[in-house]
Amino acid sequence: MTLVQIVFLVLAVAAIGSAVGVVTSKNIFYSALLLIACLFMVAGFYVLLEAPFLAAVQVLIYVGAIAVLIIFAVMLTENLMVRRRAWNEQWWVALVVAAALAAVLLYVVVTAQWQVSAAATPGDAIAALGQSLMSTYVLPFEVASVLLLMALIGAIIIAREEKEEQR
Amino acid sequence: MIPLSWYLIVAALLFCIGLYGALARRNAIGVLMGIELMLNAVNINLIAFWRYITPEVLTGQVFALFVITVAAAEAAIGLALIISIFRHRETVTVEDMDMMKW
Repeated sequence: MTLVQIVFLVLAVAAIGSAVGVVTSKNIFYSALLLIACLFMVAGFYVLLEAPFLAAVQVLIYVGAIAVLIIFAVMLTENLMVRRRAWNEQWWVALVVAAALAAVLLYVVVTAQWQVSAAATPGDAIAALGQSLMSTYVLPFEVASVLLLMALIGAIIIAREEKEEQR
Repeated sequence: MIPLSWYLIVAALLFCIGLYGALARRNAIGVLMGIELMLNAVNINLIAFWRYITPEVLTGQVFALFVITVAAAEAAIGLALIISIFRHRETVTVEDMDMMKW
C-alpha cells in the first residue's frame, strides 16, 4: 500500500465519520462544525485527484461562504441550549431508503468495468480551464453569473426585515 | 495509484448519508446540510471521472464548478427562506411548516 493510498483512506474515514456526525448530532451547531470538517476532506480528495483549482474553490466557497452562512443561520434561528429530537417520526423509512440506495450504488460501483484512461492531466490545467470557460462554456458561464445575481437579490428581498409602515 | 472505484465508493456513501440527513432531519438547516453533502458527493464523482476517464477534456471540472455555483445560490436562498419563516412563525422545524397543507 503506497503513501497516497494511506492518505486517501485517512481522508475517506474522516469524511465519512464527520458526515455521519452531521446527520446524527443532536446539536445543530456541532453539525455545522462537522460539515466544515467534511468539506475540508472533500477538498483533500480534489488535491489527490490533481484538481488544485477545484480544491481552492471548495475551500473558498464551501468552507468560506456556505458554511459560514449556515452557522449564521443557526445562530439567528435556533435556541442552542434547548436539546430537541434530531430526527422526525419517519427516520426509519429514510434509513431504509438510504441503505437500499447505498446497496445498489455500491453493487454497481464494485461490479462495473471502468475504462480507465492512462493519460496524464494537462500540465497547465488551470489555464486550460480558464480558456474553456471563456470559449466552449461561455454561455453557461454567463448564465451562472445571472443566476448568482438573482440569488443575491432574492436572498436580500426574502430575508429583509419589513418595516411597520410598509405593511 | 488509487483505484477509481475507491472514490466512487466514498462518494456513494457520502451521498446516502446526505440523503438520510435530508429526509430524516427535523431542523430545516439540517435538511440543507444534508443537501450540501449530496452535492459534494456528486462533485467527487465528477472530478474522479474527469481524472480517470477523460483527463484531456476539462468538462468534468467545469461541471463541478457550475455545481458549486448553483449550490452557493441554493444555500443563500434556502437560508434566507428559513430566516424569514423563523421571523414569522418562530420555528425552524420542518414538520411545523404546514400552512400550505390541508
